[in-house]
Amino acid sequence: MAKLKKKKYVGLQKRKAVSGYLFISPFIIGFLVFMIKPLIQSLYMSFCDVKVGAGRFDQTWIGIKNYYFAFRQDASFPQLLTEGALNMFVYTLAIMVFSFFVALILNQKFHGRALVRAIFFLPVILSSGVMLGVETDNAVMDSMQAAIQASTSNVSITETIQIVLRTAGVGVRAFETVFEIIDNIYDVAVASGIQIIIFLSGLQTIPQSMYEAAEIEGCTAWESLWKITFPMISSIFLVNWFYTVVDYCMRSDSAIMKKIQGVMILQLNYGLTSAMSWIYFVVVLIFVGITSALISRGVYYYE
Amino acid sequence: MSKIRAGKMSWHEFRERNRLSGGYLLRSRLVSAGASFARFILLFGMCFMILQPILEKISVSLMSLDDIYNPVVISIPTRVITENYKIAYGGMRYGQGFFNTLIVSLTVALVQVAMCTLVGYGFARFEFPFKKFWFACVMVVILVPPQTISTSLYLHFRFFDILGLHQLITGESINLRNSTLPYYLMSIGCTGLKNGLYIFLIRQFFRNIPGDLEEAAYVDGLGTFQTFIRIMLPEAKPILTSCFLFAFVWQWTDVFYTRMFLGGKVFLSTSLSGFADGIGSYVGNASGAGQPVQLPPAQVNQLLSTAILLVIAPLIILYLFAQRAFVESISSTGIKM
Repeated sequence: MAKLKKKKYVGLQKRKAVSGYLFISPFIIGFLVFMIKPLIQSLYMSFCDVKVGAGRFDQTWIGIKNYYFAFRQDASFPQLLTEGALNMFVYTLAIMVFSFFVALILNQKFHGRALVRAIFFLPVILSSGVMLGVETDNAVMDSMQAAIQASTSNVSITETIQIVLRTAGVGVRAFETVFEIIDNIYDVAVASGIQIIIFLSGLQTIPQSMYEAAEIEGCTAWESLWKITFPMISSIFLVNWFYTVVDYCMRSDSAIMKKIQGVMILQLNYGLTSAMSWIYFVVVLIFVGITSALISRGVYYYE
Repeated sequence: MSKIRAGKMSWHEFRERNRLSGGYLLRSRLVSAGASFARFILLFGMCFMILQPILEKISVSLMSLDDIYNPVVISIPTRVITENYKIAYGGMRYGQGFFNTLIVSLTVALVQVAMCTLVGYGFARFEFPFKKFWFACVMVVILVPPQTISTSLYLHFRFFDILGLHQLITGESINLRNSTLPYYLMSIGCTGLKNGLYIFLIRQFFRNIPGDLEEAAYVDGLGTFQTFIRIMLPEAKPILTSCFLFAFVWQWTDVFYTRMFLGGKVFLSTSLSGFADGIGSYVGNASGAGQPVQLPPAQVNQLLSTAILLVIAPLIILYLFAQRAFVESISSTGIKM
């Protein structure tokens, strides 16, 4: 191992290094050809006016006009972007809390646990790809949904509580976010299948003896949740947060994704499409970077 | 607390013990009974919430239009009909779509898992220069939204060429957009749908296998690739199964890549996404009117529910049989950053 540290690759080490590269070579090639090249190209395109003609496409450099257009002239893009970023934060937080809570429950022993686990994991399959938003994504259903909402708006229980609280006038903005999440609890539950499994796997690696020792010392369940469970699975939090954010921001049914797709397919404005998706990508990157850095500060590694 | 076995004590004995413990026994019994009751209510509610849309779709798909408009009928149809299934089946060209989707999902999932296994194994078991850098690249693959590179990928395959050779000879580039080749190429390069995630999971799995077997194989003179095939692959069956199932299922329902690269053929996912807007003209054609029919929204909803059921039915059947492989093997990876 000492030789490895010095980065001297001789004999078996060298052979292993070579075969290591051979093993990952498909990824390297794929990464360069299908990821780096398109990334650079789309970055370049975002500064260009792209015209697709018969059998060829032309790019003329127009500087930052596309970005200028996206921020200053497009009516809905800046608003969608800020809304999307806010939603991303609120929903990823809600998904994390929900899946952690469910994982805690599912980690207990009770009858029919296997069945409940199977049901909670079902959304991973049933809410992927086309299933998201296929029911609301067309003209007919849109009008019908609006009609249903209009006719049932005064029978919802959250609506009633909302009215009560609003008249009481306490922290209206915060309450509305909470209510929005409660109204969309189905979306949250459906989006947290994999997170639940990841949390569960983390919970199962915590040795039971820790809890027993704590209990004998007079620790309540609530205390051991904060003093044992949280530190022990804090690294899982980081993984899950990363996964949740990425999964959420790539959902093709979000308003901003639809906007970008619309610009590409309907307006055929490839330059503007690239500019918009780069802006979105950078926003997501900054978001992931800042939050992961914050979380990783609190991560405790138990070895 | 958990040592107390409920129901094994007689009532008299219980009272005696309770008295001895100063009421602690009764209290702990009540608390745990209350907790499990609350848990039952909570889990039942949440399971119902997850299953309810599917149950509702099933009931709606079996109803006639009269039942839909009848306020007395809520979830059990007065008369079970299969008419909706026939229309939805024809409307989305199910037979052809099913066949295409099955072939593509199977082959793509196989290719993706095979390649990701190679790469994941490489990352888990070998030391080589710039390993950290390349693994950061895997993170980039996970992180980049496919929409960011979709435009240039689209143009890349629309005007495909290898170093401009083809254009030199024939004066034209190759249009690969309506063939399945680009997607297979991307799968081989581990840049298909969610492939970064598979690499990550498989790497985690291989990292947790003790290295003794491998060392022994090396000492006995087996090459690295042989060791991988003969010793390590059989160990990795659970994670490979679950990655394969994920790849299969996600490919089955995927619209983004399918629409972009496989536009020419009929696939279940793409025909479902345009189903509600196109069903009117199908019904019109089928009834011989030759022009689109304006269907009532309730019926469109019914047909859409039926179509969704038809698309996910194979997946649900698969899930019923392979449920363990989905759930258990992910937890066996013991994920750590």
